[in-house]
Amino acid sequence: MSAVRATGSAEPLRLLAPDGTVAAGQATALDDAQLLDAWRAMLQSRAVDERFFSLQRQGRLGTFSPVAGEEAAVVGSAWALDPARDWVVPQYRELPAMLRQGYTLARAVRYFRGDPAGNLMEPGVNLLPYQISLAAQIPHAVGLAWGLRHQGSDGVVCVYFGDGASSEGDAHEALNLAGVRRAPVVFVLKNNGWAISTPVRRQTAAASFAARAEGYGMPGELVDGNDLLAMHDACTRAVARARAGDGPTLIEARTYRMGPHNTSDDPTRYVDAAELEERRAADPVLRLRRHLTARGLVDAASEAELTARLKAEVDAAVAEAEAVPPPGPEAMFDHVYADAPGRMLGQRAAATGEGG
Amino acid sequence: MAVMTMVEAIRASLAAELERDERVLVLGQDVGVNGGVFRATEGLQERFGADRVVDMPLAEAVIVGSAVGLACSGLIPVAELQFLGFGSQAFHQIEGQVARMRFRSAGRYGMPMVIRAPFGGNVRTPELHSDAHEAKYAGAPGLKVVMPATAHDAKGLLTAALRDPDPVLFCEPLRGYRLIKDEVPDGDYSVPLGRARTVREGDDVVIVAYSAAVVIAEKAAERAAAEGYSVGVLDLRSLVPLDTDALREAVARAGRAIVLHEAPLTAGFGAELVATIQEEAFWSLEAPIGRVAAYDTPYPPGAVEELYVPSVERVLAAVRDVLEA
Repeated sequence: MSAVRATGSAEPLRLLAPDGTVAAGQATALDDAQLLDAWRAMLQSRAVDERFFSLQRQGRLGTFSPVAGEEAAVVGSAWALDPARDWVVPQYRELPAMLRQGYTLARAVRYFRGDPAGNLMEPGVNLLPYQISLAAQIPHAVGLAWGLRHQGSDGVVCVYFGDGASSEGDAHEALNLAGVRRAPVVFVLKNNGWAISTPVRRQTAAASFAARAEGYGMPGELVDGNDLLAMHDACTRAVARARAGDGPTLIEARTYRMGPHNTSDDPTRYVDAAELEERRAADPVLRLRRHLTARGLVDAASEAELTARLKAEVDAAVAEAEAVPPPGPEAMFDHVYADAPGRMLGQRAAATGEGG
Repeated sequence: MAVMTMVEAIRASLAAELERDERVLVLGQDVGVNGGVFRATEGLQERFGADRVVDMPLAEAVIVGSAVGLACSGLIPVAELQFLGFGSQAFHQIEGQVARMRFRSAGRYGMPMVIRAPFGGNVRTPELHSDAHEAKYAGAPGLKVVMPATAHDAKGLLTAALRDPDPVLFCEPLRGYRLIKDEVPDGDYSVPLGRARTVREGDDVVIVAYSAAVVIAEKAAERAAAEGYSVGVLDLRSLVPLDTDALREAVARAGRAIVLHEAPLTAGFGAELVATIQEEAFWSLEAPIGRVAAYDTPYPPGAVEELYVPSVERVLAAVRDVLEA
């Protein structure tokens, strides 16, 4: 597929049916090795969710937002990027995309342990830090894409945000500017149904977020966000368009947040149990497993072996992060300024006991 | 040397840095073809092209927010807010993102950028155009806040700000754009951030001010001199970094101090100055510190604004109060 489907199309793009079959006539752009790599990333994300949740309950980790349910939306889009030249601008529920860009699990553990160094994206890693101020990252993505193009790069920026963040003014201002400047941005709006306890019908009266694209003079596409192949396909086309200088695309990934908003949230207060059960049946991991099983790429034994290896990797990352000495008072002061005011330096000296 | 107005000095600095460093990029509402509503960027788009002097949609948050991304890409954006009062539409980006991006990214993404913003009263603007909001930005760690009072300093401080590795909010006094004019050196120079300027030395009382309020302070000092008082004026030039050494020395010399600004009294930057003076120079003080500020009311419409913005008379009255205390 190379063209954009009609903006505002009522039915989400779907290449992979819930039973794991690929619709007749639909080619899958991902080869076996890429599919298995995406599968690994999705299972890794599940392993991270599980382990981080348990660590949080043990008091070894701070607040954490699990990815569960959104793995195909995140992995499908991120796997359409070339990490060597393309950038990811995350919110906070896209760890698989960040890892693909070159962020490490050990850093993520440090981040969720409250170590300021956990938000360091190593030089050469094309990634902005976690963003907690919802939608504030979207203008950054547009400026970054504009700046890359200004300097002759053909890099593309993929920015993630949710149905809740879409209500923020920053989302509107950024989408509008991207359209005006034809900035090479792929906007991935993960509509996971919830902004903490606020359902999407209380977020917007519109039937589609993708339809907003028309108002910004860019193509929009509604995609089944639990379909790895559809997400990869839509994003690949959006990346190609952006790289060719044809401007931004808004992709609405219709998915579902299967877990809580974060470790402090109790969704049983507001999520209907029957609805959750129904949505869990559409779990993107189940769907991809059916497909890969039918293709003969995975079986129960290989999955068990892979899961065990991924869990060991997570444990190793946790051990590595926990071996790092806790940050001292200097961590509050370092990196606030490159050329710090004397007053703050005096505070630093007092707090670190280095005189002053 | 040539006599320049403040707006000419600002334009000269922008042109020189656009010429010197291809990473510099100017963006804002009406900065291109129109040359800025105060003509601060006049002729720059013609000279440097629409890719480097960029007209933006009417949207402060994305003017500032996209500048964050431009800086991440390796450029040095100069984002213009048409008025500081409308900076509130971008406050979350300035305070929450620009100021702390270096910290949030553990040092990876510095924010070498300048946000230019005109402010200040007595020019009969509509609502919100004149508000002096500097104190809330001074309370945003990671940001520097620069407030020039002369054309010489406007050029030199802006040049320094454009070469500074940290983000700078550069506040330009509306009524000073054309009324303030003084000798500006030809060619390249910068005025270091964080060093106050002794406008005049005084043995009886020192008025501590910044931006266009320095002009009011000077006039009051001259009038007081005619009454036989020796009144000093200290121009802070920047609120962050704050030149506490100069503050201490000026107060130590005079023994009395008045802080002066155009923002409302309560939680204005004067409160920070008074607190700093008592920390640094309490034992030099011979009288309570005077505060002259705007009233704790919203900035009023034009017909009454001259009663609102601190006047020479109000400063003089404070001088007499402090000296007679």
